[in-house]
Amino acid sequence: MFRTHLLFVIDQNTIDAGAYAVKYEFEKEVKAAGLEQEIKISETGSVNLIGKGVIILVFPDSILYTNVSVNDVKEIVNEHLMKGRPVKRLVLSETFEIPNITVSVARETLKKQNRIVLERAGVINPDSIEEYIATMGYEALGKVLTTMKPTDVVEEVKKSGLRGRGGAGFPTGLKWSFTAPLSGEKYVVCNADEGEPGTFKDRLILEGDPHKLIEGMAICGYAVGANKGYVYIRGEYTLSIQRLAKAISDAKEYGFLGNNIFGTDFSFDIEIRKGAGAYVCGEETALIESMEGKRGHPRAKPPFPGQVGFRNKPTVVNNVETLSNVPNILLNGADWYRSFGTKNAPGTKVYTILGKVNHPGLIEVPMGITLRQIINEYAGGMAPGSKFKAAQIGGSAGALISEEMLDTPLDYDSLGQWAAVLGSGAILILDEKTEIPDFLRSVMKFFAHESCGKCSPCRIGTKILLNRSIELYKRRLTEDEWLDCIKIAKTMEKASFCALGQSLILPISSADKYFKEELKDYFA
Amino acid sequence: MDKTILEKYAPDPENLLFILHDIQDSKTDHYLSFNDLQQVAKYLNLPVSKVQGVATFYSMYSLEPRGKYIIRVCESAPCHVMGALDILKEFKEVLGLEEIGMTTKDKLFTLETSACLGVCGVAPACMINDVVYGNLTKEKIRQIINDLRKGGSNV
Repeated sequence: MFRTHLLFVIDQNTIDAGAYAVKYEFEKEVKAAGLEQEIKISETGSVNLIGKGVIILVFPDSILYTNVSVNDVKEIVNEHLMKGRPVKRLVLSETFEIPNITVSVARETLKKQNRIVLERAGVINPDSIEEYIATMGYEALGKVLTTMKPTDVVEEVKKSGLRGRGGAGFPTGLKWSFTAPLSGEKYVVCNADEGEPGTFKDRLILEGDPHKLIEGMAICGYAVGANKGYVYIRGEYTLSIQRLAKAISDAKEYGFLGNNIFGTDFSFDIEIRKGAGAYVCGEETALIESMEGKRGHPRAKPPFPGQVGFRNKPTVVNNVETLSNVPNILLNGADWYRSFGTKNAPGTKVYTILGKVNHPGLIEVPMGITLRQIINEYAGGMAPGSKFKAAQIGGSAGALISEEMLDTPLDYDSLGQWAAVLGSGAILILDEKTEIPDFLRSVMKFFAHESCGKCSPCRIGTKILLNRSIELYKRRLTEDEWLDCIKIAKTMEKASFCALGQSLILPISSADKYFKEELKDYFA
Repeated sequence: MDKTILEKYAPDPENLLFILHDIQDSKTDHYLSFNDLQQVAKYLNLPVSKVQGVATFYSMYSLEPRGKYIIRVCESAPCHVMGALDILKEFKEVLGLEEIGMTTKDKLFTLETSACLGVCGVAPACMINDVVYGNLTKEKIRQIINDLRKGGSNV
């Protein structure tokens, strides 16, 4: 039995600040002090504190250290761990509650998040299946397998109103109901090819609570009658791949994956597929092609993957965040889930908020809250010296919105009225120093690079739009040529094969609609 | 090329991406030679053109020899608005490289750009091999490069 637990928050921010070096130093010092039988050192996921250096949580003392450096380690070990006197200068907040650590840690700025998907991120050690089980993990799977019929599961998810969190917002239960009645070999695929610029929610779910995804996939497999699942992860997400691989192998060992799960006749297994750097593979049919070892070119739809997918078999493709909602829905019921969010978009949404705000990072809040609330209440307001000018919502393929839309509720339908999309939930805040033409140039460069080349409207269109946005920035584009850009983007919307080419109209037309005055200054 | 890499996988075309990753990661110059592609094609019973098609489609694969450290500077919008262009310029200057995609003469560094690395919370950011470096500044870049030149480990 350990008397004290030290949890190291391991995410890109803390790794960058030297978390591993500090952890190594702690292990050394704790051993030197002869405390290794009393002090347990482990890792946990992100607690969404950015710019606070190396972060360490100490339980049961409920102390949160920030900005810890290698030089502080000896002092913490000698003073706190040996004598019970916390090193005050490094303590951020002396009290916080479990499980909503983030809520109270930075009480002033990060308020009232509702964590469903991220309930365990920053609370448990993601590498420990025991800690997952101890926090109700795999209860939903047990309940589903032993007390529910597959059709009941599909109905419950339908009733919950859960919609796909990858971008398109398609109702998840409905998607499952297309595949469930089909016979023969079927697959569950989790889309973890998170490439939308400004989005890293799936990475933090995978790094913070990988078992939740495994549980969600197994439930989905039971509901639709699939015995095999695949997680397609970006090749760049090294830590996610490591953590998920460990979680899968632990789940197998504990019997949550494999044959006859919970003593039933249901069997399910999960494999990881690794991407190799192609944004278009986030499109579900391109992803399937890539899983088959081919170039990531999208397929013609219909038939949809639900009927003809991986290896030409019926395949349910869901995003990481979507599947991670599933265990909670089945454990607590659809009505519980519907108590969060709005009528047409129940539940919570994980947003990544970036750019010129005080606290960029990740938040999970109910659907339907406004951008103004997000900026002021959750992101600590605009960064010093910055004034809000525009926000791009939903990643690079999203629309720009201006100040007048700050009070629009963020959900699928409300944004639709402004011809904007929620997309992946990335929110990039631009201040008045950002030049819209310069921003467009960066966005177009991304698409020109990522267009897969299969269809000509997108292959040629993205190149023309890139060239023209460069010309615009250099003040060499005429107004007629700009209007032509809108026409080209509209043509791409109608004629492109997949969503990549179809969505460029959003940044372009919204720039034209809300920032025309600025563009006029740039016209030749 | 290390033949045991092929034997780790069943000769199924679905394993192509894995095999290419492994071969590339096993070589200090981080690239796939035409000879590699031929051997993979033979093992998977695919035309070489198919294998080459896949190797050229994905941005993580290279058909040209690269340095020991591959620097991938994120140039997506969130990093762009936080000053990614200056970061790129600084890398070029420190490394003495004129163009993106070039490798230093000592074969230590290759400079590349990348789409979003998903570490936007610490923009502007880059990845050097498997390690992410965030909140980049000119000073930080010089320090990182100096450390790696001195043979410091990439952690």
